[in-house]
Amino acid sequence: MQNDDHQKDHETNKASSWQSVVNDWSADKQSFDMPWGKLMMWLFLLSDTFIFSIFLISYMNVRMSATVAWPNPSEVFALTIAGHHIPLVLIAIMTFILITSSGTMAMAVNYAYQGNKKKTVYLMLATALLGASFIGMQAFEWTKLIVEEGIRPWENPMGANQFGAAFFMITGFHGLHVSAGVIYLTVIAKRINQGKYDKKGYHIVEITGLYWHFVDLVWVFIFAFFYLW
Amino acid sequence: MTKMENVAIADQVDESSHPSTFMSKYVWSQDHKVIAIQYSITAILVGLVALVLSGIMRLQLGFPNEFSFIDPSSYLQFVTMHGMIMVIYLLTALLLGGFGNYLIPLMVGARDMVFPYLNMLSYWTYLLSVVVLLASFFVSGGPTGAGWTLYPPQAILSGTPGADAGILLMLVSLAIFIVAFTMGGLNYVTTILQARTKGMTLMRMPLTLWGIFVATILGLLAFPALLVSAIMMIFDKVIGTSFFMPAILSLGETLDHSGGSPILFQHLFWFFGHPEVYIVALPAFGMVSDVISIHARKNIFGYRMMVWAIIAIGGLSFVVWAHHMYVSGMNPYFGFFFATTTLIIAIPTALKVYNWLLTLWRGNIHLTVPMLFAIGFIFTFTHGGLTGLMLGNVIIDLPLSDTFFVVAHFHMVMGVSPIMVLFAAIYHWFPLLTGRFLNNKLGHFHFWGTFLGTYAIYMPMHYLGFLGVPRRYYAMGDTDFIPQSAQTLNAGITVSAIIVGLVQLVFIANVIWSTFKGKKSGRNPWKATSLEWQTAQFPPGHGNWGEKLPQVYRWAYDYSVPNVKDDFIPQNVAPKDVEYLADKQNNNPRQK
Repeated sequence: MQNDDHQKDHETNKASSWQSVVNDWSADKQSFDMPWGKLMMWLFLLSDTFIFSIFLISYMNVRMSATVAWPNPSEVFALTIAGHHIPLVLIAIMTFILITSSGTMAMAVNYAYQGNKKKTVYLMLATALLGASFIGMQAFEWTKLIVEEGIRPWENPMGANQFGAAFFMITGFHGLHVSAGVIYLTVIAKRINQGKYDKKGYHIVEITGLYWHFVDLVWVFIFAFFYLW
Repeated sequence: MTKMENVAIADQVDESSHPSTFMSKYVWSQDHKVIAIQYSITAILVGLVALVLSGIMRLQLGFPNEFSFIDPSSYLQFVTMHGMIMVIYLLTALLLGGFGNYLIPLMVGARDMVFPYLNMLSYWTYLLSVVVLLASFFVSGGPTGAGWTLYPPQAILSGTPGADAGILLMLVSLAIFIVAFTMGGLNYVTTILQARTKGMTLMRMPLTLWGIFVATILGLLAFPALLVSAIMMIFDKVIGTSFFMPAILSLGETLDHSGGSPILFQHLFWFFGHPEVYIVALPAFGMVSDVISIHARKNIFGYRMMVWAIIAIGGLSFVVWAHHMYVSGMNPYFGFFFATTTLIIAIPTALKVYNWLLTLWRGNIHLTVPMLFAIGFIFTFTHGGLTGLMLGNVIIDLPLSDTFFVVAHFHMVMGVSPIMVLFAAIYHWFPLLTGRFLNNKLGHFHFWGTFLGTYAIYMPMHYLGFLGVPRRYYAMGDTDFIPQSAQTLNAGITVSAIIVGLVQLVFIANVIWSTFKGKKSGRNPWKATSLEWQTAQFPPGHGNWGEKLPQVYRWAYDYSVPNVKDDFIPQNVAPKDVEYLADKQNNNPRQK
């Protein structure tokens, strides 16, 4: 019966999309047709968006106000492989891996809603594994910058000190998000495997997915602003 | 497994297990009401510390060189801790963590917050942030003396008190507080959006909820700026980065920093700091609206406009931050822009003040203690707001910047005013918590002492500001342009401040005494319509609503409805259940 009412609401609301927004928000029902946890994740990500935006805006500010020239990204972020100097190769692989992990995550959500527990768990673990390999490569990149290039948060032989400071802070903060995501994915995959969501439904997979996609999206911006600018 | 159906909150059964042991009931409680009281008690205790600090500051200013335990360093430390505690650890925590937690589930008709466990974590994280903050009093060098704005470079350079450990503890404590606030805030917003009971549309919510709701959203979007700047300043301090640090010659030594931007910190801080003013003010606006309406037995004037004004103020608060930075150096066009947006905020704010007055107009005003505080708030807020209009103009702000005029302005508008509302709210909702009234005689004494006392403190400060007395100065010394009479005024202000401080002790005593011995209030003593007074048990028990959630049929302001027996209709009374006066039954009143 409740579904019928819902259906009717939807039909009367089709007339004008803005009117339907107003109707939804002035109705005595949940403002967003989604589980509480999902809305809470969206709100958290909105808040987190502000954190990363402010990090990136601050980075732009210190980059513009720095008194020493900014290092050239295609030199800093280059690897020498078999005698060839290849700029941005590592970061291209890292970005590819992270975006692939978004794909496996999306598939996990799809299988969760189909009720395919086994495939969901495997795909979530695959996502976590891709995330972990991203962290590993980031550790490799940091090691190269610190040990070989001598870049520190407080000094930088290749240019402005703020480069090291902003780079380590922001990629580090993002790396913490990825690490947290890897742990989150693993824990949720384990709980799904134990059957803890059989009764409640698998919305948790989508909620985890929201977080994971967000972390990927943030990376796209970090990639653009640090490696391509 | 198919997609789970969303269970509407109205059908949610009370399946929460009722805690039985003392620890699970009062300490590790997940009940929003207990968490609210934990938040409130912690906030008030730490607020008392800040009150004592302000008293010490006033002693120094009123009677310089009389007190040997106040030296210039400790004076700055007291200023800093007083400001930070009052703004964040008292006002934000008490209004949102205390009143938000207590009132949101009760007013929307929910059993609890949507995620009670997270809510409990929020309180304990908040307590941790308070402990870290207070720990800075006991480390070597003491707490930071950088001023509550913590401007670098001075905040982290030696020479500033507490530049070793104090500043770090302050920044870490703020970061922990932000985590606590985020956990609570996500809960508040989700509860209001998703867990309203049947019939409780957004436009039927009491204004208290609207204020808390918009303020929490502001917090979720503004605190990130403080978090990021705290992280960057910690790095500048601990590992020697130069985000905020330009090349500096300090005490004859060239520091290792170069190329940073101190102005960046100011922008980040005020991008948080200005919305923070409204994080404190908006819940106060909401609560005072309800108190005025209930105690004047009249529906709030212009409910829709009041809601939109709250939303408009919330939105505008994000585009005015640089009016705190007119003297920091800005493109003149920026000053023009920020002055304009600042003055625009006066429109929705004035609208609210007019609506409060029009609610009082020809109302059946009961001069109860909550009402006295609410009316007192209208005075203090109008005065503080008008000086805000003055300071919002670049050309008036420049000569008055960093004088006592600014101190008087922000204390009137975001110190005294929210506190007046907090007192109104405590006197108003105390019977809901305890089933007892606060003592009326002591309440009147408390009101007049606080209201007249704060005027005696802050009115002369405006004048001191016009004289050019700078703020945050330990002592004036021999200053030609400041006449001797300013010192007399300062002494008078100090005496008033001490009296106001002592009057608050009467309030604390009243709360403690009335909790156990106060006059029994009975159910719904103020004859209020909103849901929190309509619970099955009184005071509300765990799970709030007994077997079934209430259903809402009307807005929260049906007071003095013509021909109705009780002069008010609670939100959960169905139109068919309204009792009319016997002889006028045919004269059907309007039905909302």
